[in-house]
Amino acid sequence: MEEKRRFARLKEMWSRLSQNKLAVFGLIVIVLLVIVAIFAPIIAPYGYDEQNLQNAFQSPGNGFLFGTDEFGRDIFSRVVYGTRISLLIGFVAVAIAVVVGVLLGAISGYYGDKVDNVIMRLMDIVLSIPQILLAIAIVAALGNGLFNLMIAVGISSIPQYARIIRASVLSIKDQEFIEAAKAAGSSDFRIIFKHIIPNCLAPIIVQATLGVALAILTAAGLSFIGLGISPPTPEWGSMLSSGRSYIRDYSYMTLFPGLAIVLTIFALNVLGDGLRDALDPKLKK
Amino acid sequence: MLKYVARRILMLIPVLLGVTFIVFSLMYITPGDPAKLVLGDTATEEALEEYREEQGLNDPFLVRYGNYMKNLLLHGDIGTSYATKKPVIQEISECFPATVRLALSAMLVAVVLGIPIGIISAVRQYSIFDMVSMGFALIGISMPVFWLGLLLILFFSVQLKILPSSGYDTFAHMILPAIALGAQSVAVITRMTRSSMLEVINKDYIRTARAKGQKELSVIIKHALGNALIPIITSVGLQFGGLLGGAVLTESIFSIPGIGRLMVDSIKMRDYPVVQGGVLIIAIAFCFVNLFVDLLYAFVDPRIKAQYK
Repeated sequence: MEEKRRFARLKEMWSRLSQNKLAVFGLIVIVLLVIVAIFAPIIAPYGYDEQNLQNAFQSPGNGFLFGTDEFGRDIFSRVVYGTRISLLIGFVAVAIAVVVGVLLGAISGYYGDKVDNVIMRLMDIVLSIPQILLAIAIVAALGNGLFNLMIAVGISSIPQYARIIRASVLSIKDQEFIEAAKAAGSSDFRIIFKHIIPNCLAPIIVQATLGVALAILTAAGLSFIGLGISPPTPEWGSMLSSGRSYIRDYSYMTLFPGLAIVLTIFALNVLGDGLRDALDPKLKK
Repeated sequence: MLKYVARRILMLIPVLLGVTFIVFSLMYITPGDPAKLVLGDTATEEALEEYREEQGLNDPFLVRYGNYMKNLLLHGDIGTSYATKKPVIQEISECFPATVRLALSAMLVAVVLGIPIGIISAVRQYSIFDMVSMGFALIGISMPVFWLGLLLILFFSVQLKILPSSGYDTFAHMILPAIALGAQSVAVITRMTRSSMLEVINKDYIRTARAKGQKELSVIIKHALGNALIPIITSVGLQFGGLLGGAVLTESIFSIPGIGRLMVDSIKMRDYPVVQGGVLIIAIAFCFVNLFVDLLYAFVDPRIKAQYK
């Protein structure tokens, strides 16, 4: 019964979402990006670290769609492979944040009182450090690298999810079906995982969509200042960082990785906005 | 009112304690032997051990945190730079003004552009102006500050040669960084102002104000904006944290000698005390900004003030 109702709600949400052209555009772009990421070796004409110094600094065109960089690497291929890195960071970092944040938020909201106070004050403290700075501090402590970057970005976004989940737990925990579950003798564990979290999924989906965008931006920013991912790994932020030394003479090097970032973030943002409107039609007027 | 201010300041203490604890813990787990980083690889084992003992590096975690807090509170001392051997606090205070100036100029850009554009968009909903500015706002929030910065340099410094691309001495130096850093906030504040204005603009009291013959401008500014201000202030306040964080990237693009660039340089030299010090100082600054925003609420919204009479 409950399953069915939830499914119906998702279907209704989908029908509202599909009327929002911008959101559908965002969704299509993201699906395309995921396809590009998966099939990167097939799409990219060259390897991401294939150097050919004779071909260094080739302008876009001439057999290199986006031109070549200072080592003669094909920028198009690097941007294509970069999709993998950026999406991977975005999704994994958000997954970390969602899992931990949802657990903390659910526990906090469900038990209330002291537990709630301790967890939420802790979240307040983490929130009082600007996200990119916290990520910088964590990467500095853990060291560079893809994995550490994902952890840093993930940890620094936990509080957002904890807060959202807590708020929705508070709004449903006194409803009849929770009381019914309690009366039927369900354990707290079962109630939280089986009844509470599935009913809070919608706001998490919205926040996670916007969160992937933020995670990708943060990670690219960290790579840009030389933290996180270093060459030859084709991360968009670090490509911008190396292209910047040649901005006066070979400005195309800074153009394409940046466009890739903006397109990805834009798509995620409009999809996230669309999801939010679809979720709460009252908000959109 | 005084009671409210006092309460808010008291609430800041546990948060600040927590922030120092997080920053200290991160410094604690940072790999690398501080003694070696300070004395160099050539130092003898005895010298290293002596240094560790002298600096209290062999003490247990909580003792070290206690000492750290003691130094911080009594002497304003948050460690010594491995690279320059100068106190971290001194290095940071030299860089602090540049960062504050950058963040404030970006904030100014954001508020001066964002609020009026948002108001006009709301008043002329679905007009061309509204469509265009909402379109720009959507692109604006998707624009990474480091890429926008590069594009601005490319266009205004390399192509047109009318604005400098680095440094921070004159007004002209601040224009590009302030725009780059402020752009995202312009977008957020515009959207917030628009939706917040739309919410109040059809209320009865606005119709009343119009009916009694108030000038349109006064209706918009006094009656509508006055009531729409709280969410706008909230978003401005929240933006400030992002601006302080974004300043780190902006400073590195435009070579502005602020805390951000100091931190980035220090990361490259593995000068961790300076990095952590920078995080600490900016987080503390952010806490005070939040406090200020909360106090501002009470000032703008009599309903909040009334609760604490």
